[in-house]
Amino acid sequence: MSWKAGAPLPPGTTAPDFTLPSSPRQPVSLADFRGRLVVLAFYPADWSPVCGDQLALYSSLRDEFERLGAEVLGISVDGPWCHAAYTEARRLRLTLLADFEPKGEVSRRYGVYDEAEGTSGRALFVIDGDGTIRWSYRSPDEVNPGADGILEALEGLQARTAGKGGTTA
Amino acid sequence: MTAQRRAPPVTDLDHVQGGDSALVTLIEYGDFECPSCGKAYPILKRVKARLGDRLRFVFRNFPLESHPHAAHAAEAAESVATLGGNEAFWTMHDLLFGNQKALEDDDLAGYAEHAGVDGRAVLMDLAEGRYRQYVRDSFMKGVRSGVNGTPTLFLDGIRYDGNRDEETLVAALQLVSAQASGG
Repeated sequence: MSWKAGAPLPPGTTAPDFTLPSSPRQPVSLADFRGRLVVLAFYPADWSPVCGDQLALYSSLRDEFERLGAEVLGISVDGPWCHAAYTEARRLRLTLLADFEPKGEVSRRYGVYDEAEGTSGRALFVIDGDGTIRWSYRSPDEVNPGADGILEALEGLQARTAGKGGTTA
Repeated sequence: MTAQRRAPPVTDLDHVQGGDSALVTLIEYGDFECPSCGKAYPILKRVKARLGDRLRFVFRNFPLESHPHAAHAAEAAESVATLGGNEAFWTMHDLLFGNQKALEDDDLAGYAEHAGVDGRAVLMDLAEGRYRQYVRDSFMKGVRSGVNGTPTLFLDGIRYDGNRDEETLVAALQLVSAQASGG
């Protein structure tokens, strides 16, 4: 198993803001999602088999994520047109962001850039509505981390919000 | 989430090949339109033949929406199981994996007929979405158990992340079944 990139930013850290192009050349900023939960899924590359399974799974879970009030953003160093072709070919209902220029900059700031491979490592972050990282997980690049950890983290946050007098979906 | 992933226990609602006296249980979460599952299908068939009655095999639906026909194929298989029983389900399962490129609703009805079930009844079930929620529940239970793509295998309930070639799988299953018979 390879763990070449560094450690992901831990829970309690303020999530570094960023603006990256999404598939149809639209810039997306983390700050756009203030007040909502965000899942960042860094992954090494479009088209590679493990990534495909992982993103196909998240796409199939879109309704669950929505129910939990969370937006999932996939991030790799592939360019926006590559993301566009990939999203269409795999029928993904996900926003993919291009950490393309300067290459890997956002991945680096989250502690998950793999310098040796020149790609994002496989890592997950759950960010709350205030922009604070509440859960992070680094998976070996060849292991698809699935979604059970993300769902548990999101539900934990929802329960806490409800406890503070907020509402659950 | 680094802990061992465990599949929900086998119940009467599951589609099972092999008896209760088997020494080891292999659960597959699969998608009838998934090419990797299609590749695994003949391998698993040979593995089943080699393990014989030492093995109990369970198939659970895990249709990914990136495969446009997968959900209906899964629902049709459930419909066939209800209408025609366990044997009909496995005939349907084999036909679906044998014909992954032809999974339109009319194809599904044809395979159901081959499995000895009224194809029109299956089409009606599909139109009504009778098994949609059931299949979705199976999918979500799989997600919660750490199913991360297809196919995902569980050996005696624990997720198997090893190679899926015939020899490796047989060796892994033999090891578990030897432990079962020894203990």
